[in-house]
Amino acid sequence: MSEYKILIYGYGNPGRQDDGLGNAFVEKIEAWVKEKNLKGFEFDSNYQLNIEDAAAVADKDLVIFADASTEKIESFILTPVDASTKVVFTTHAASPGYIIGLCKKIYNRTPPTYLLHIKGYEWEFKEGLTKKAKQNLEESLKAMKEKLLNPSELIDSFEDFDVTIE
Amino acid sequence: MEQKITIEPVTRVEGHGKVTIHIDDEGNISQSRLHIVEFRGFERFVQGRPYWEAPVLVQRLCGICPVSHHLAAAKALDVIVGAGTGDGLTPTGEKMRRLMHYGQIFQSHALHFFHLVSPDLLFGVDADPAIRNIIGVIKKHPDLAVQGVMMRKFGQEIIKATAGKKIHGTGAIPGGINKHLTQEEKDSFLNGPDPLNIDKMISWSVDAVNFLKAYHKENKEFIDGFAAFPSSHLSIVRKDGALDLYHGVLRAVDADGKKILHDVDYQDYLKYINEEVRNWSYMKFPYLLDRGKENGWYRVGPLARLNTCDFIPSPLAQKEFEEFKAYTNGKPNNMSMHMHWARLIEILHSAEMMKELLNDPDLMKGDLVVKGKKLSEGVGVIEAPRGTLFHHYAINENDQLTMANLIVSTTNNNEPMNVAVNLAAKQFMTGQKKITEGMMNAVEVAIRAYDPCLSCATHALGQMPLEIVLVDRANNIIDRKRT
Repeated sequence: MSEYKILIYGYGNPGRQDDGLGNAFVEKIEAWVKEKNLKGFEFDSNYQLNIEDAAAVADKDLVIFADASTEKIESFILTPVDASTKVVFTTHAASPGYIIGLCKKIYNRTPPTYLLHIKGYEWEFKEGLTKKAKQNLEESLKAMKEKLLNPSELIDSFEDFDVTIE
Repeated sequence: MEQKITIEPVTRVEGHGKVTIHIDDEGNISQSRLHIVEFRGFERFVQGRPYWEAPVLVQRLCGICPVSHHLAAAKALDVIVGAGTGDGLTPTGEKMRRLMHYGQIFQSHALHFFHLVSPDLLFGVDADPAIRNIIGVIKKHPDLAVQGVMMRKFGQEIIKATAGKKIHGTGAIPGGINKHLTQEEKDSFLNGPDPLNIDKMISWSVDAVNFLKAYHKENKEFIDGFAAFPSSHLSIVRKDGALDLYHGVLRAVDADGKKILHDVDYQDYLKYINEEVRNWSYMKFPYLLDRGKENGWYRVGPLARLNTCDFIPSPLAQKEFEEFKAYTNGKPNNMSMHMHWARLIEILHSAEMMKELLNDPDLMKGDLVVKGKKLSEGVGVIEAPRGTLFHHYAINENDQLTMANLIVSTTNNNEPMNVAVNLAAKQFMTGQKKITEGMMNAVEVAIRAYDPCLSCATHALGQMPLEIVLVDRANNIIDRKRT
């Protein structure tokens, strides 16, 4: 089995309904990894990404961020993350590209990094995902479990990754 | 024809923000306003929930400074469970909370200075935005960028060790705390490999203060003059007048240093503070009742705290405080950009306090919770990174929350931020026919000094473009730019 160092990092606010999709993804995928006794995985979950995460990704062979999405997608999509030097709207909360860009500048490394966008619908002050979001979560889990059984494919195909895995 | 320029949202501050600047036919600034969207709905949302859930529930309000809300809510509920008004906890309970709070202040201030403010200082507010950002800082001063990352990481680890987890931390509970610090955690913070140990954090904090002072020396005109204006200042202070970010009495001073709120118990805050509603902003405008709406507004945050307190109870920060006070001959400092100087002194103080607490044996043993006779109402106040934060709750006989009132730091700074925006606009935009990136950034720099957190609780992908809209007096859009 893989001895890659892999970080799976979900972010969002679980107290705001579907904004917690990324956190829920990490919780479930972590349970599955433990059940399968897969090695080399680290998991993290937070309200948002921030600059210290550049240090967390620096020594990894593969990084997968998971977040809720309002984009026009069916249920979920996995996209490669390019290092970005663009100043994001706020640096109180950073984008995945910004984290990788910071990592590149500070540590001279850019691990293959993907962002899992999971479609969400409601964002009120409530705990719990909507029914449709739960369905999207399950679909993304099914696809990602398959991918994570053979992480070398995600690492090797990073440069020309086909984003249409859903 | 009068024109209205809209900058929306404000970059490098938190959440949704919009600035409108009205310009008359002669190019004079007739009015400037900062509009902020605030989630007042949260106060209704908590009604009916069991009171003990509040310290966790309130973290939904803000994913940026959840620790401040967590602790302010816990302090209000201390009163309700009969654990006193902030100083009745067990030594372990209070000290663990303090460690959590200093960790929060440390990491929040570090992020703000190293990654939001330093690009403006190093490259100038009118520099090309392509270099006036953190990537530019890394190229010019890689050490600063790394320090920012590592100081933030250290503070986050302190929070994790005291609050229990990053998401919806449960450390502070009504009447105390739910865990001790472990020997392993203590050793890691005190003696961890460089740079993640407290001595390095103190050393870097000293360097940061010196960096700002050196910059100030070279750029006195900008640092002293930009968006400077007289105002009152409010914060909590320890009963003996010391800077205390966790607990104390409410004190306010006017622009000349005269006490206008005399170390009062914050349980009675409604006797002294009211909030005005204005039809153009969702965010209220707090003011001191006895000075009225016109003159009762005040500043909160690092600058206000150093203006209200008499001394800082940690040696290195106290030394810096003396220099800071000497610069204005002991009078209140009313220079907006000196907020950064004050913030860095607070970073140093927080680092010193963390070291003192980490060496305190009470963190690793002793009772965690205290309870007494239950009350139906309580107020918790804390000095959050951005300023004074009020949480006020009432419960019914079924232990359900029936009322919640929150005055957050950014709301307390609402009027001062508007004043600062107006001054910056007048200084950089008067008589100009074309609005440049540097001019717009000048307005943002004025706001950024206050480090506002504009309630960015959700952040899902695809939201929040940067949009600049130019509108004439008849509200016709003349121009629109989107990044």
